[in-house]
This record gives sequence, structure tokens and C-alpha cells, in this order.
Amino acid sequence: MAERSFKKEVQQLRIGAGEEFRGEGILAVTKALLQSGVGYVAGYQGSPISHLMDVLADAQEILEELGVHFETSASEATAAATLAASVMYPIRGAVTWKSTVGTNVASDALANLASGGVTGGALVIVGEDYGEGSSIMQERTHAFAMKSQIWLLDPRPNLESMVKAVEDGFQLSEASNTPVILQLRIRGCHVHGRFTAKDNRRPEFSLQQALENPQRDVNRIVLPPAAFLHEQEKVKQRWPAAVRYIQENHLNEFFDGDAGDIGLILQGGLYNGVIRALQLLGLADHFGNSRIPLYVMNVTYPVIDDEVRSFCQGKKAVLLLEEGQPNYIEQNLNTILRQAGIDTALSGKDVLPVAGEYTTAAMRDGLQKFLERHHPGLLPRLDVPGVAAAAPQMEISQVARPPKEHALVFQEHAQKLAAVVPPRPAGFCTGCPERPIFSALTLAQEKLGEHHVACDIGCHLFSILPPFNLGATTMGYGLGASSTAAFNVPSSKRPISIMGDGGFWHNGLASGIGNAVFNKYDGVIIIIDNYYSAATGGQDIPSSRARNDHRATNNPIENAVRGVGVKWVRTLDRTYDVKRGEALIEEALTTKATGPKVIIAQSECMLNKQRRVKPAFNKAVKEGKRMVKERFGVDPDVCSGDHACIRLSGCPSLSIKDSGDPLKEDPVAYVDNSCVGCGNCGEVADAAVLCPSFYRADIVHNPSRWDQFLARLRGRIIGFLQARRAAYLEHHSL
Amino acid sequence: MNTSLHAGTPIKIAILAMGGQGGGVLADWIVDMAEHAQWWAQATSVPGVAQRTGATVYYVELMPEAAVQAAGKPPTLAMMPTAGDVDLVVAAELMEGGRALQRGFVTPDRTVLISSSHRSYAVGEKAAHGNGIADPNKVIEAGREIAKRFFCFDLQALADEAGSVISASLFGAIAGSGSLPFAREDYEATIRRAGVGVNASLRAFGAGHHAAASAPAAPAAIDTSRPLPVLPDTAAHPRTRQMLEELKRDFPPEAQPMMLAGLRRILEFQDLRYGREYLDHMRDIRELDAQFGGTAKSWALTAAAARYVAVAMAYDDVIRVADLKTRGARFERVRQEVGAAQDQLVYTTEYMHPRLEEICGTMPAFLGRRIENSPALSRYLGRFFRKGKFLRSGTLSGFLMLYALAGMRRFRRSTLRHKIEMRSLHNWLKLISDTVHHDYDLAVEVVNCRRLVKGYSDTHARGDSKYQRLTLAASQLLGSADAASRLRALRDAALADDKGNKLDAMLEQELRPAN
Repeated sequence: MAERSFKKEVQQLRIGAGEEFRGEGILAVTKALLQSGVGYVAGYQGSPISHLMDVLADAQEILEELGVHFETSASEATAAATLAASVMYPIRGAVTWKSTVGTNVASDALANLASGGVTGGALVIVGEDYGEGSSIMQERTHAFAMKSQIWLLDPRPNLESMVKAVEDGFQLSEASNTPVILQLRIRGCHVHGRFTAKDNRRPEFSLQQALENPQRDVNRIVLPPAAFLHEQEKVKQRWPAAVRYIQENHLNEFFDGDAGDIGLILQGGLYNGVIRALQLLGLADHFGNSRIPLYVMNVTYPVIDDEVRSFCQGKKAVLLLEEGQPNYIEQNLNTILRQAGIDTALSGKDVLPVAGEYTTAAMRDGLQKFLERHHPGLLPRLDVPGVAAAAPQMEISQVARPPKEHALVFQEHAQKLAAVVPPRPAGFCTGCPERPIFSALTLAQEKLGEHHVACDIGCHLFSILPPFNLGATTMGYGLGASSTAAFNVPSSKRPISIMGDGGFWHNGLASGIGNAVFNKYDGVIIIIDNYYSAATGGQDIPSSRARNDHRATNNPIENAVRGVGVKWVRTLDRTYDVKRGEALIEEALTTKATGPKVIIAQSECMLNKQRRVKPAFNKAVKEGKRMVKERFGVDPDVCSGDHACIRLSGCPSLSIKDSGDPLKEDPVAYVDNSCVGCGNCGEVADAAVLCPSFYRADIVHNPSRWDQFLARLRGRIIGFLQARRAAYLEHHSL
Repeated sequence: MNTSLHAGTPIKIAILAMGGQGGGVLADWIVDMAEHAQWWAQATSVPGVAQRTGATVYYVELMPEAAVQAAGKPPTLAMMPTAGDVDLVVAAELMEGGRALQRGFVTPDRTVLISSSHRSYAVGEKAAHGNGIADPNKVIEAGREIAKRFFCFDLQALADEAGSVISASLFGAIAGSGSLPFAREDYEATIRRAGVGVNASLRAFGAGHHAAASAPAAPAAIDTSRPLPVLPDTAAHPRTRQMLEELKRDFPPEAQPMMLAGLRRILEFQDLRYGREYLDHMRDIRELDAQFGGTAKSWALTAAAARYVAVAMAYDDVIRVADLKTRGARFERVRQEVGAAQDQLVYTTEYMHPRLEEICGTMPAFLGRRIENSPALSRYLGRFFRKGKFLRSGTLSGFLMLYALAGMRRFRRSTLRHKIEMRSLHNWLKLISDTVHHDYDLAVEVVNCRRLVKGYSDTHARGDSKYQRLTLAASQLLGSADAASRLRALRDAALADDKGNKLDAMLEQELRPAN
């Protein structure tokens, strides 16, 4: 069960030729796969390509009709290895993951795949998690394409171009016997747009046919001497074949313009931003018509020497817009121009940022610098009110930037606001079951001192941020336990590492737990089991509790851990029990037992739980059933305004408000209506002996007659006593 | 060749929201509405980890279909907002509006800024030891200055009232602002097409629409002042009436409202006699104040003491907690806070965790002290208080227990805790008196140091230990230049972290020359 249901979007996967598809980029790509006669799809979820996986998971019926096999891989390595089905058989296969992290994991299989080459089209769709909103290290997939000689597509970010890139990718792969990476940027994946669909196609050659007629060719296997042969084949046959295909089918695009003595060369994915940057300088309109000629590289690897030469021929200067570093393309272009003896000046990172996202503003400024140097006459005269129109047909109201005095006012205000506007680090959701684990860890450390804590990838990584501020490193998905491997030495303090259930099944079982057992590791490993791969959108994994028609779930982590030889295992089956969590961590840190100490802390991801429980609850209430809803509250007159509870919890629903009491200057804690009644705040207040201001309110919907009778009885006695005391207070009130 | 450029400019809209606020829903609505009205729409976002409570931007561009027809090809729209190039900025929270201003998305010549005025505090603001809330009026001022038109009102409250979510009231505010070329019917039809919680969404939409349509040209500042109680003309009981009269007659007007609040707290905490004691302490302070130049300093000492003497006297003990938890008004407040309907029952469970110290504190002083001084007894009894007590205050057993505990107020004066608190109070009053003889301003700061003492159990112990360090510092600072401002700096440092590490570091620096 994924975070979002795509049942509605799935219907768009059925539309036929001539019909218009409207929706998100990544869904258009999914439709394109079906239109291309793909035989199998696999992958590992992660932003920004999770939706591709989730849609296909919800589209089981359509996939079965078409005879397409879909699989959620254990990891990106598994996904990449899945493409082996296209090595010997003419079956189109596609796999997907988040890059560059997923590509790192997959690179062993990818390298082997690229070495032997493929028969059927093999497409790797990567979501390039780069720039604003990214959650990973900033690197380029480009390097992987170069090192293994896999062709890299970076299409213009509109649905039509992305869909075409899928079809082109399969054909290019088949024409050159080489796997192809289709790189999609975050905003491209999430862009809403439209394209005209084609009919879905059944795969021409099926997986069944392959199994029933097995084939092998030792020359396609990466073993000497074939491996040496592969390297020669790559440069002598596959590369030229790819170049030929790309040129003949015009995968890269040329757009002409009247300022013919200069030009721009750009990665396809940057196209929309470049057009806007040009438009802001009065050199393009909003339909892609540019006064400067453009060479758009929808294929960014390999670079097509001929195309570069013919574009640059006769130009005074060209500007290359290449996002990210190192500047592989720029280096390549320089070689091409030098070898061809073309003296066109090449600008790139000399006017554009060396590192970081190419925002529209960054590209506009880079373009301006380039033009000032090589074609100043094209530039509108900025900073002067009432600029002369560069192109009279077009509205150029936006051409001029705010006059200087405005800019100063902005700066002043922006600076003032910087002191006010608070940062908003990502954090645990309301009611998250992982929060109490870190509260427990905090309390345990208060007792036993600070320890070395290694973190992992997943929602639990938010423990690194305020208010917990826990954890020293994060080395990769499922590598929490591995990243404390060196600390396997006698010490008065044991190392602690964290791992999520997603990371555990991704590779942590072998690389972390198995490794710890084998090397007689003495530290503590906390596995956080929230029943889903939660950070990627709540997909099922082997230990998920839900019944899944297409996957085998309910495989307990504890069995796996014991299976690889861990002796000391404790399961905390309700993470909200902060005291028990604290006690378990303290026990693990102090026990005399040798070998890894594994704590499995389990409670369901609250986001997913609420999605399941809330509608059911509301339905039951509507049907008149007696239902009890729990939520928490704080008595403002009891709360001291110290906020220690917030520092130990950080729940979004645990907020602050003015005390309304002139004697209390500081705001008091307050639980807002988003509270889901997980009970963490009360448990923390109890475990940390904070203050008695927390209460849990049980709201009884549709109370039974017995409830009502009891309530009346209680109300009468309690009401009498309350009135008595109120009268006493009233008596001498002021 | 000749490049021909076509007319047609998109409308550019940036939506700033926090994860889970429905910024994506709002963007989808705008796209759906525009497409149904024959516009070309593009929307992008970078959700990523921002989905989990972080801040994020959704970006929409709209182009009229007619322009697309004229150009003969689909538009090439941008994937992200550019500073200085946005027509409409919608912020789902005030500080997100501030962020939009800070990032330069708002410009005076063209940008309409619609921001909800409600606050959803960031974790840094919430976790602060004292008051970490950012000043909302800085954003309002900047918005008034920078935006072409600035709409700012509480769209969260409007959504709540309608039983809907903020995306609906924001959508209404966009409609009401008239900043997009669509009719009200287009907006409402979009909500209907979405088909989820339609009626509630339409109500919230209507409220947002109305608020924007009738909004003033520029939003007013948010009132962040904290009202003080107004002195009543008279009181029911003759003895409280007399106290009121004394308060009005014998104390400076600057201190009267806070003293009234203090006196009220004291009276409900204990009894009339205790109220009298409060007035006596205050009278001593007022005299010192008059003697050492208070008239020239707006009676700063008396005004500050009015609050903290009351807080010190009405300390937080188990009796008081039990009293506050069992009041009828409190039962009613809980019902309201959890939004319980008339026919629903509400029971509360109180998370109490008194330690042995608190229990001893409520015992007669001799007994409590005896237990505390005997390690064996403490160990034995401590076992019973290791676990928290979760009491259900709506059931008879739970209520009666708490009620009885609250009734112990009549024995409070003989408890160990009272003895401890009174000693602390007297030491503090003496320190104030000693200090004011030499340094008026420092004496005021000594009064304010009492802010550190608050809470229960561990929290109280931590605060008290910081307070002790500060009072020690105060006596050492006495006689040195600008002692008051140095003590104030130390107090701020004490609020910087839990354990008082910053305070210790500063103390070491501050007091070294004195040693």
C-alpha cells in the first residue's frame, strides 16, 4: 500500500491513439513504457520516481492484460540485474530508481550489463535528485554513463519529449546493443502537462517464450577473453552504431535564430529554463522561439562530434549550459573543437556557476555575461527605466529588472526577514512511531552519557535534526550498522547504530547484521520497523504487515536477524512505550552479553495508519457504533512554559501558545487538533518526569446507555463537589 | 534569418507551503480550473523530504489557449519561480509568506501576495527555553512595503470554522483577490469536480473569498501585546474589598494591574491570610523602591516584584495541580479544546509522575524531612513512586483522590515543601533588599532572575540550580560597573540550554576578574 492511491491515474494508462493524456511527467513516462511494448519493468522506489512504481503496482490488471511483468526489486542492484533478461532475448525491459544513490548501488550490475551488451532494448529510468528539494549528495549520473559506456538521455522537460525519449531510448538501445539511461530531473518528473497518446503494445517477444527456448552465448558473459572483446566492441561497433542512430533520427534538436554568429549548447533537461532566461533578457518568447540558435542535446552521452562541429562552424562563440560538476561535456566539446581546428570560443563554467542547480536566475546571469563578452548589442539596456524593446512583436514588460533603488529596499527587508523567518527542517510527522525511540535514546544518553550514534537513510534520519540532534554519520541506505564496523574495539561505551526496515531488506541484513555477527561486533543496532518503506512513500517490504495479493509480506525481521546468527535480540512491539525503550537501550549498552545487540522497535507508520484507520473510524461513527477517539492535551495553567517536552518530542501537533496568564511570560505547550492520540507526549512527560500538565482525552462517540448512566452518576457527584469548591473560591475572589 | 517572437505572457504563480498543508492540492485545483477554462497550465514542485513538515514551493504557469493557437505551438514554460518574475504568491502560513518575500518572489510592480496570518511555529521557536516566537509584524511590514497588494488574514481559522482545510480557504482568497482572470463559478466548479469534502470546502472557499474581497488596502499589524487585568471597582467579600482598596491606595499605578493578577493567584492558591502576606511583602518592596529612587524609574522594582513574588508564593505543588485538574471550568475547557459535541462523553487521564520528593513535600515538615534524611526509608518508599500515576479524573475513584489531594490546601502551611519555598522566598527578598541599597537596577534584575524557577520535578530542579547560580553571581557582581546588564546577559544565557552550559561558560568569564 503506497502513500498515494493511483487508481484514478491508472485509467489514463489505458487511453488509446489520438487521445490526450494529462498529468504528471513520471506518469506519462509510465504510459510511454506500455506504448513501447515493454516486456518487464522493475525498480526500487524513491523520490522522484516513486510514482512510476506506485502506479504500476496499482495497474496490475492492465499489466496482466498486456503481458507485462512488474516487480518491486529488493534494491537497485536487483533492478539493474533484472535487465539481464534483455541480454540474450529480444525483450524490452525497463528499470527505475533514484539517482545517483540508486545508481551507486546498481553500478556493479550495470557495468556487467554494459560490458556484455543487450539484444532487447534495456532502459534505465533514473530520477535525478539534484538541486532544490534534494535529499542526497549532489553528484551526476553522467559519470556512470561515461565509465560503463551507457548512453544517457536528458530530454526536454515536456511530456511529449519525455515520452518520445522512452521510445527513442529502446530503439537506440537495440540499434547499438547498449543499455540506455533516461535521466529525468525532479521538476520534470513532477511537471503537469499533456501529450497525445498511442495505443499500448503487447511485447513482441515474451518472457515465457524466452524461458521455453533458452539461449546462451559465452561471448556475452563478462569473463576473459570475452571481456576484452567487449571493450573493443564498445568503441568499434556499439558507439558508432549509436552515433549513427542518434544523428539519423534527430534525437538532438537544432533551433535556429537570427543572431547566427553565436549559439547555445544545452542539456535537454535545461531547455525550459534556458528559454525563460532568454525571455527575461528579451531574446526569446514563451513558445521556444529564440534569437540565439540552440543546439539541444537530448542525448548528453555520447556527444555527437559531427553535430557539435557543424553547429559551431562559422560561429564566433558558443555557450554551453551544463548543470553539475565535473564539466564532462565542456571538456569533451573543447577536445572536439581543438581536434577539428575550429576557433569558435567556448564558454561554459567560466560564466556559469561551477557547482549547484542551474536556476533560471543563474542561467540569465550567465547568459548576460556571455553576451556582454561576445554580442553586447543583443542585450537590452538593463537598469534604465523604459528600456528599448529588443523585439517589438513581444511584450517585454519583464525584461527590465527592478531599478537599483528597489533592489536596495529589497535587500534591506530581506536581511531583516532573515532574522525572523525560521528555518523549517524536515521532521517526524504527527504521531510518528519513530519519535519515541529517539526520545528513549535521548533519555538513555542522559543517564549513560553521550555515545557514538551512526544513522541510516530513511525517515529516522530526521533524528539528526532538531530537536533530537542525534547521530554522527550516514553512509547510505541500509549501511547504518556497517558504518560503525570500525568501532569494534573494547571501550567503556558501545557504539549505537540505527537502521530502518527499508534499509534492512535493501542490504542491511547482510552488510550490517551478518557482518556484525561474523566479526563478533559488540555494539548496539536499533532496527526501526514501521511496517513500510515509509520515507519513499509507504511501499510494502518483506516485513510489512498488510496482506498483499502480489507480494509475500509478514516475514518478521526478528526471524531474519536470528537466522544470520544474532543471539541478543529484543523486540519492542510498541515504540510509544518510552520507558521500555529506554530500558532496552540501557540494557543493550550495559549487558555482559557478547556479539551484536539488536533491538527491533516496531510500530506502524502513523501516516499510513491514519490513512487506513481514519476512514474506518468515521464510518463506524456514522453507523452509530460506540467508538472512542483519543487525543492529548495540555492544561495551560499547569504547564510551566519550560518546553522540555517539546525538546524531547518535536511532534508537529505539540505546539505553543500564549499562556493568557499575565504572570506567565513564556508561551505554554499546547496540543493542536492534528493530534492523533499516539500518546508519545504523555509517555515522554512520564519517562522524563517532566510535568503533570499532559492529559489524554478519550472522546466517546455514540456512548451506550450504560455509558450515559455512568456519566450521569459521575457527573452528579463530581458536579456537586466542583460547585462546592468553586463557591469557596468565588467567596473570596477578587 | 529573422526570428519572429510571439506575443503571449503566462501568469506565474508560486505557492509556498509546509509539508502536509495541501499546497499540492491547491496547485492541482488551479491547474484543473485553468484547463477547464481553456488555458494551458503547467505545474511543478520539488516535494522530496519537504513532505515531512519542511517548507516547499509549488509553481504554476498559465497561458491563454488563444495565445497558444496564435503561436502555433505549445508554450515553453519555466519549471521554477524566478525572483522578480512572479505575479501571484500564495503562502499557507505567515512565515512562509516571509520566506517568499525574503526569496525575492514578491515585487512592488506586479506581485499580489496572499498569506495566511496564522502561525505554525517552527521547531526552533517551540523548543526555545523562554519565548522563541518570531515577530509576525516584521513580515507584515515587509509585505506592505514590497507587495503590489498584500492580503493577510487567518485563513487557517476560516478553514477550521468551515470544517475544511486551508487549501480551500486559500483558493477562496485567490478568487476574492481578483488576481486571476477566472470567475467565482470556475473556482467552485473545480472544487465540485475534485469531489472530496465538497460542501465543507465550498464553505471554506466562501469564507476565504469574502475575506479577500472585503480586505483593507493593506493588512493591519498583529496585536502581540499581552493584556493586563483591569482593576475592578469593588469586591464581594469585605476583606478582599479592603485588599483592593489598599492596592489602589498604597501602590503605584504602574504595578497595580500585575499586583491584581498576583493577588488573584495567591487567593486561589491558598486563602485570605496568604493574600495579606503577599501585600505585606509587596509593601516592603514598595518602601525600598521609594527609598532608592523608584519614582524616577517608574517603580520598576515594585512592578517586577508584583509578578515574581506572586509566582514564588504560589509555587507549583501537587496540591495545586490536583486543584487545577479537578475544577469544573477545566472539565469544560477540555471538552472545548478537543471539540467534543454535546452528545459525546469525554474522560481525561492525567499523566502524573510525582517523585518521592514531591510526596515528602506534601507531608508535614518533620515527617517529610525524616524520610528524606533516611536513605533506607527513601529507598523503600521510592520504589512506589518510580512509576507514573495515570489517574482518570472523570471517574469517581480518580476524581475523589485528586479532590482530596486538592483539599489538603488547608494543611499546606505545615508541609515540608512550604517551609522550603518560604525559606527560598525570604532569602530572595533579603537579596533584593541588600542589593537595592547599592544598585537599584541590579535589584530589578535580581527580581527577574526568579523567571528561571518554574515547573515540577526535574524541570524545577534544573531551573532552581540555574537560579542559584544567578543569585550567587548577583551578589558577586554587586559594586561593579553595569552589573545589571551583565546579570541580564547571564540570565539570557541561562535560557539558552537545558543544563546551563552556556551560563557556566559565561559565569566563568564574568566572575574571573572578581576572584
